[in-house]
Amino acid sequence: MNAVSGTWVEIGHLSDIPRQGARCIIIGEHRIAIFRTQEDELFALEDKCPHKKGPLSQGIVHDGCVTCPLHNWVISLKTGEAQGADEGSTETYSVKCKGDVVLFDLSCVR
Amino acid sequence: MKKKLVIVGNGMAPGRMLEDLLEADSEAYDITIFNAEPRVNYNRLMLSPVLSGEKQYADIITHDDEWYAERNITLHKASPVSAIDRGNKTVSSTNGLQCSYDKLVIATGSNPFIIPVPGNDLNGVLTYRDLDDVEKMIEVAQTGGHAIVIGGGLLGLEAAAGLKAQGMDVTVLHLMPTLMERQLDTAAGYLLEQAFEDLGISVKTKANTHEILGENGSVAAVKLDDGTELPCTMVVMAVGIKPSCDLAQSCGIAVNRGVLVSDDMRTSDPDIFALGECVEHQGQCYGLVAPLYEMATVIADNLLDGTSQYSGSVTATKLKVTGIDLYSAGDFSDGEGREEIVLRDASGGVYKRLVIKDNKIIGAVLYGETADGPWFFDLLKKQADISQMRETLIFGQAYQGGEPLDPLAAVAALPDDAEICGCNGVCKSKITGKITELGLTSLDEVRAHTKASASCGTCTGLVEQLMSLTLGERYNPDAVVPMCGCTDLGHSDVRRLIQAKKLKTIPAVMQALEWKTSNGCAKCRPALNYYLVCDWPDEYADDYQSRFINERVHANIQKDGTYSIVPRMWGGQTSSKELRAIADVVDKFQIPTVKVTGGQRIDMLGIKKEDLPAVWADLGKAGFVSGHAYAKGLRTVKTCVGTDWCRFGTQDSTGLGVRIEKFMWGSWTPAKVKMAVSGCPRNCAEATCKDVGVICVDSGFEIHFAGAAGLDIKGTEVLGLVKTEDEVLEHIVALTQMYREQGHYLERIYKWAKRIGYDEVRTQIMDNAEKRQAYYERFVFSQKFAQVDPWNERVSGKDKHEFQPLAKLNLEAAE
Repeated sequence: MNAVSGTWVEIGHLSDIPRQGARCIIIGEHRIAIFRTQEDELFALEDKCPHKKGPLSQGIVHDGCVTCPLHNWVISLKTGEAQGADEGSTETYSVKCKGDVVLFDLSCVR
Repeated sequence: MKKKLVIVGNGMAPGRMLEDLLEADSEAYDITIFNAEPRVNYNRLMLSPVLSGEKQYADIITHDDEWYAERNITLHKASPVSAIDRGNKTVSSTNGLQCSYDKLVIATGSNPFIIPVPGNDLNGVLTYRDLDDVEKMIEVAQTGGHAIVIGGGLLGLEAAAGLKAQGMDVTVLHLMPTLMERQLDTAAGYLLEQAFEDLGISVKTKANTHEILGENGSVAAVKLDDGTELPCTMVVMAVGIKPSCDLAQSCGIAVNRGVLVSDDMRTSDPDIFALGECVEHQGQCYGLVAPLYEMATVIADNLLDGTSQYSGSVTATKLKVTGIDLYSAGDFSDGEGREEIVLRDASGGVYKRLVIKDNKIIGAVLYGETADGPWFFDLLKKQADISQMRETLIFGQAYQGGEPLDPLAAVAALPDDAEICGCNGVCKSKITGKITELGLTSLDEVRAHTKASASCGTCTGLVEQLMSLTLGERYNPDAVVPMCGCTDLGHSDVRRLIQAKKLKTIPAVMQALEWKTSNGCAKCRPALNYYLVCDWPDEYADDYQSRFINERVHANIQKDGTYSIVPRMWGGQTSSKELRAIADVVDKFQIPTVKVTGGQRIDMLGIKKEDLPAVWADLGKAGFVSGHAYAKGLRTVKTCVGTDWCRFGTQDSTGLGVRIEKFMWGSWTPAKVKMAVSGCPRNCAEATCKDVGVICVDSGFEIHFAGAAGLDIKGTEVLGLVKTEDEVLEHIVALTQMYREQGHYLERIYKWAKRIGYDEVRTQIMDNAEKRQAYYERFVFSQKFAQVDPWNERVSGKDKHEFQPLAKLNLEAAE
């Protein structure tokens, strides 16, 4: 079981997520991608590209963004906004690291 | 009567606190210090020079006995405090001393972290924290031998350099892929590793210590998780520190990782302060001296009833190893609204990166040239607006003020005999002269006629500036299409330079070719990854995070996020056993769609990612391997039934197709490769629109190449006629290897062949037996590392994380 304290829940360890990669967590109907950058920053986005719902967790992570594997839209990890000429945005969530433990804020998931 | 102040610990932080306190009011307190070490106060930052022999203990003392005596401070040396009685407000030490206090400062510092592996208590396993440690290290070093330093952070690297200076052979083991990953980005970490190798210190990254092996109670070797054993006479653990908070905890003060303090540096007991490395403030523990000094100043003021607040520190790090200049400060991760300015000077070994947000510096990494570090750090701390000097900011303080520099003017001012290209000894006037004389307008032409920038390429920028100066508006530098926004170099240049400079990792390419971003982008990373896999098949470790998802999970992503898979059917042949296995898998995993492909294979579509390993396991039992339908590599060899059945067949086209496919699957290519073998000129396998095709005829085999039947439609070119199957294989393999070595990433064979000329391909493959043989052998060498079935590897557990969610949560749990 996952430890619960307040709305922050433990979802795994930093080392479970590859650098410049992502892993998903599943919460009810939601599939949320947890990204880890080269510099070990963590970000959480709904695993859906605003364009055609492509699974962002499967994209290449670079420069604070992820490139969607379906049609190469580039989405900001921090804001969920599409970059460049494309318009649209993906829901963002809060995730943080305490030591090696990754914590996710459930309060925004409904 | 004066109030009594007791300090537990006598490191650098309490030293600074006392100076601040006494300067403000030397009469306020009666001061008593309990020091666990049998010494006065010394500068721990200078332990590294002591270890390397550049300094002695006496040189690094900051407060000697006299200093304490003059100020009437009682210093109990070698007297560790064993208990604090908060009710009676007294402390007692292990050697029986007792002392009462009005205010207490806990400055117990930190302890080195000892990794919990067997053998960590053997003789010769040392830590690196205080002078005792240094003295032990120097003692062991006198006998020479091999030292292993576990931990490639600041402390570990300084220890390694010190031990090397003492004459030992030194190996640094580091768990993470790059050194000092908490202070440096990947690019600088790479340079640092190179510099250590140059000092003769061997560095092993991604090295996880499994066990320390001993002999008669002393260290003999370190064994890694991968089974490697490294013999040694000393092991230094420098993997990190943990705040020392046992004392605080034992008397009931709130602790977490460290002793918890509020902004006024008070612990949960208002009469007790905590200071230094034992402190946890707003979730942060600090191990560098600057933040500790800031805390000291706050406590000194609050001891005198002040209202100072500590608000956390931004830290800067400098590595103290002679000959290596490195500076890092602030936050240098990527993120929204952050921009970076990167300056690389490959020949000078310089890398500088500033991270900018809202026109303010928020992070800086400097390597090779660090003189401007404090200036950048100052701008960072002051949150200065840098928009006015943005263009020249990265060049440092000396370039600020006055007119912005025009790089063209600087080149124009060079004398005619100034050397531009060091590799080929080409001076400025030769380049400008040839441009004018021969009417050269492109960089390639200048390279061809002058040799300037034709070797290592680092002077390319200068040559281009000379062309701009000489040609004016006639020079269009955009004629070479850059690989992506991260570089001005085109694919051909990058490939040439990877070979010429023997670049073998992505960070190495980015540094040597002066990439403008720190980590590349989704365009250049997959390309570089391919070029390196192709050029150094035995040495380069494939970077999966730089691969498109299909190649990472060995299946094809579909529009709804599910995957499709295609097992290999050699030459397009199958059997009842195989078909039954496919039917069973389709039923078992409820695979919604099964489709026959254009390449004579069976495609199963709509498989959930989580199911992939189980699907492959079942297919594997029936003998199936991956069909690489996702790969930039050999996809399919389509065949007709040939002489086995067909009344017109002239050769065994099916057998040849199977043979080619079995020989050539595996190695990556710039783009996908599809082939076909037809048994007669009726061409039922449609070989004349493939990347490579074979048409069997009575007299032998006609080899075709450079066809297309996709975005473009194009019939093949004829390469030539050969007599035997062996010759077919040799020619096709050589052709493919030539394409592998020259093609631009994502460039199909027909585009590559058109770019370099069909005749060039024919000359090298048909007419030059020596070249053909060499290409053939390089392909065979590459296959040694590439012919591993990726599905079987994943059934056996490789990349497990790719196929499982990190966690499944119940939404109600939190409510």
